[in-house]
Amino acid sequence: MGTAELIWNGVAAFLVLSIYSFLYKDNPFYKFAEHLVVGVSAGYFAIILYYNAFLPKLINPLRAGQYWYIIPGILGLLMWARFSRKWQWLSRPTLGFVIGGGAGLAIPLYLQNYVLRQLSATMLPVGFTTWPLIRNVLIIIMVFCALAYFYFSKQHKGAFGGAAQIGIWTLMVGFGAGFGMTVMGRVALLAERVVFLRDYFATLLSTLF
Amino acid sequence: MNFYERMMSLDRRWVYLVIGVVVVMTAIYPFRVPLYITPEARSVYDFVESLTPGEVLMIGVDYAPEVMAELHPMSYAITRQCFSKDIKLLLCCLHQNGPGMVEQVVAQVAEEYGKVNGTDYVYLGYKPYPGITILAMGQNFRIPFPEDYYGTPLDSLPMMRTITNFDNVKAIINISGGSGTEYWINYANGRYNAKLAIGVTGVMTADYYPFLQSGQIFGLIGGMKGASEYEYLAEKGGYISKEKDQLVASKSMPIQTTTHIVIILFIVIGNVGYFMTKGKK
Repeated sequence: MGTAELIWNGVAAFLVLSIYSFLYKDNPFYKFAEHLVVGVSAGYFAIILYYNAFLPKLINPLRAGQYWYIIPGILGLLMWARFSRKWQWLSRPTLGFVIGGGAGLAIPLYLQNYVLRQLSATMLPVGFTTWPLIRNVLIIIMVFCALAYFYFSKQHKGAFGGAAQIGIWTLMVGFGAGFGMTVMGRVALLAERVVFLRDYFATLLSTLF
Repeated sequence: MNFYERMMSLDRRWVYLVIGVVVVMTAIYPFRVPLYITPEARSVYDFVESLTPGEVLMIGVDYAPEVMAELHPMSYAITRQCFSKDIKLLLCCLHQNGPGMVEQVVAQVAEEYGKVNGTDYVYLGYKPYPGITILAMGQNFRIPFPEDYYGTPLDSLPMMRTITNFDNVKAIINISGGSGTEYWINYANGRYNAKLAIGVTGVMTADYYPFLQSGQIFGLIGGMKGASEYEYLAEKGGYISKEKDQLVASKSMPIQTTTHIVIILFIVIGNVGYFMTKGKK
């Protein structure tokens, strides 16, 4: 590790420790690191957006004589009217375009991929002879029970109430899996930072002594 | 205040302290963790393994530095496996803070294997609005990306002469730390029927298992555990090695294991305290 890398990694180590100091209590080091992250992210995003979207998708075509690009340009400019109470109505055509286009593109595909494909994935061969067939039975029962829990036009009593109860347990299993995965993800971030700090301080000590 | 009540009102900073001590001790004295390879991670590896030299694989890298701990090792392992097998890579980024992530991975690994930009790999760069960008790529990569990340027109890159759209890539692997995966499933697979596998953060993993079961994705690498599984397979295949310090996710797995044990213990303690004090309230 060269001197420059050692210094920059030292800055990174200081910022990591500053962020983790929040676990004890709020303090100026944490505030500094937090504001730095927000500022750098916003600045980086602005520059990336300028060079990857604004310049090639608006400025360059206009310079090349493709003047019809002025239409989306004007629509984009009108969005800034939202900052003024008096002129915010000017942004409605742009919003209408974005919402209309977005909904038109997304709704059929979301219905297809998030509802119909998932529904067809529950139409499975069932049986009790092999584990995959038993698993399919469980999937179908749990889907129906979870749906029963969200059916509110009938009182949750008797057999229907029992199904809804199994539905709650199904949801709990889902939430538990989500929580477990979330813990795993957060611990993974901590683990990587600790390994980074260990390697950095080991290198620093071996360089100094 | 009895023992159980004290257990219930334990200052959370004690929890942080215990976890901190365990994490630091495990980092200083690491040990090898036995690893179970999940079929969903293996299917991604096996698919890449089945590709022949010259075939094209697309990698959509949609993450920012805050989740690089989990996702960067996946990107490195897959890229090294591809370049070892002379598979051509087409890369793009649909996360605003991610273009540097892709460049870091591809530039480093390309140098390791002597791969040439434009011939062995093409990095398309970043464009905003992932849904629209993916839809446009399905028609022709040149619509959203007339030039690559470095400003070279796609038509002047040798590798792009035979590549028009998703039909010309064997599969897409999306490595994502946010909602980007939804767009790839919805538009690339849903609209264009592109073969898709995903690598996601631990937080996201549970949400995407239904798509594996429905066959919309053919593989799933979940979080750091998934990354270490892929590293294990890649090491067995001879694509990465511990001696070169290329097993990044695997290094953190002992810490993950011990921390999980501590968290489970605290959950048990908290529940015991809850149930013992429940009747008194």
